[in-house]
Amino acid sequence: MTQFKDTCRAVDEHQIAPVFHDRPMDFPAPLLAAATLCLACAIAPAAAQVPDAQRRAELVRLVRQECGSCHGMRLAGGLGPALTRQALADKPAESLVVTILQGRPGTPMPPWRAMLGEADAQWIVAELLRGFPEQTQDAR
Amino acid sequence: MKSHPFDSRRDALMRLGAVAVLPALLWLPGCASAPAETRGTGTLGVVIERADGALTIVDTQQRVVLGRVDGLGDLSHASVVFSRDGAHAYVFGRDGGLTKVDLPQRRIVQRVMQAGNSIGGAVSQDGSLVAAQNYQPGGVKVFDARTLELVADVPAEVAPGQRSRVVGLVDLPGQRFAFSLFDADAIWIADLNDRAQPRITQFAGIGRQPYDALLTPDGRYYIAGLFGEDGLALIDLWQPQPQPRRILAGYGRGEAPLPVYKMPHLRGWAVAGRHAYLPAIGRHEVLVVDTASWQEVARIAVAGQPVFVMARPDGRQVWVNFAVPDYGRVQVIDTPTQQVVRTLEPGRAVLHMEFTPRGDTVWISCRDDNVVRVIDTASFTTLASLPVKAPSGIFFTPRANRMGL
Repeated sequence: MTQFKDTCRAVDEHQIAPVFHDRPMDFPAPLLAAATLCLACAIAPAAAQVPDAQRRAELVRLVRQECGSCHGMRLAGGLGPALTRQALADKPAESLVVTILQGRPGTPMPPWRAMLGEADAQWIVAELLRGFPEQTQDAR
Repeated sequence: MKSHPFDSRRDALMRLGAVAVLPALLWLPGCASAPAETRGTGTLGVVIERADGALTIVDTQQRVVLGRVDGLGDLSHASVVFSRDGAHAYVFGRDGGLTKVDLPQRRIVQRVMQAGNSIGGAVSQDGSLVAAQNYQPGGVKVFDARTLELVADVPAEVAPGQRSRVVGLVDLPGQRFAFSLFDADAIWIADLNDRAQPRITQFAGIGRQPYDALLTPDGRYYIAGLFGEDGLALIDLWQPQPQPRRILAGYGRGEAPLPVYKMPHLRGWAVAGRHAYLPAIGRHEVLVVDTASWQEVARIAVAGQPVFVMARPDGRQVWVNFAVPDYGRVQVIDTPTQQVVRTLEPGRAVLHMEFTPRGDTVWISCRDDNVVRVIDTASFTTLASLPVKAPSGIFFTPRANRMGL
């Protein structure tokens, strides 16, 4: 395999995916299972550390763009269900956090644990439940 | 600033000019005179600006942006098919909008809200019908391609009051459309020869959760990818009694799948020579299958979960892009050796690729860099970089002349 960078602009890894650095990308299956097992304690409110402004902007982009491929950029649903405030009104926040981190087996919803921490998922759920923010121009 | 006498004379002239132009404008629609710029439609293409509900119209020969059409609604996951003359694009929006856009004139000529949530469409073999596949309400709606009047409604009703989301809609020879039912593990074929009375052939139990499908370029095989199991469903449409069968069953070999952060897309471009190149679900692999025997002949390790696996029109190369977080890369497979021969980094968040009809260039949308790169497929040099806001799907008018696109 040849890395080709002469004529196409070389892209800084951190520029490609600012969301993902410092997070292990590929969980070995046992590790993932272990992570899943201790999820219940990990998502205890005390563990939450609110994402900073830059991280929040990254999360807005991630939800609008990447989650948007199945749930729609306007979160009105697609292959995945709608994630609007109205649609989620009767869903407990804790179960939504678990869904984001663990996925929903048997459906296309993947576990996002390799890319999102508990605090990230909690913040996303809180924002979804109050109507998710729009992406600002620089929030890429 | 003091007014020069000439200014008032010029104003008067301009007013006169306006008066003279006005009747000309009113007269224009019925007028047969040539537009300012004459060009055919064979080099036209559109790029979806997913965030802004707009199309950028491009010329693939000059490699330039010609203009922009907006007001198309929610274009997250939008797709496009073309009228046979390449003059009109039918744009299917996520919000159920179906918009007919005149490409040379760069304007919307017709727009209908035909569903609550839509995913794509197809044009019939004779070009007279355009069909939309919908998630909500689940089913297919067929329209007159000229007027966008509803011709037929085919609800994907799998139990009383229960509908399935529809994926993988393609045109088949003979005024027919094939599509797959994600929630019902089924493939249906709708025959529209009698517009008033569509005939539906149903195949049940084709495999779990078909997520998208393709028609081979000869129109013979319809292949649906399965999300819920390792394998694909294949129907040989040339058989007198077509029956679905499973191919590449168990390609995951029982290993736990990796997370699939974005669903692969199958439509259109997978066949290169005698082989089809297909994305594996939950594996960073491209599966190679012999189209004579439908047996796996190779699997090629790639840089992430493949989303689009697209053969260059001559079949010599297959280009692959990936789901987040590996979507900064594009890989090129050399088909004779079945090796990845290039890894490119054209920009951030590569969402789609489209070849010019003879494969000299590939156009790649880099969403987070707001750019479409035009890359020479022989030298891999970047020939042009067109500014397009949050580009996603790229569609060129020669698709009008291919089945299954």
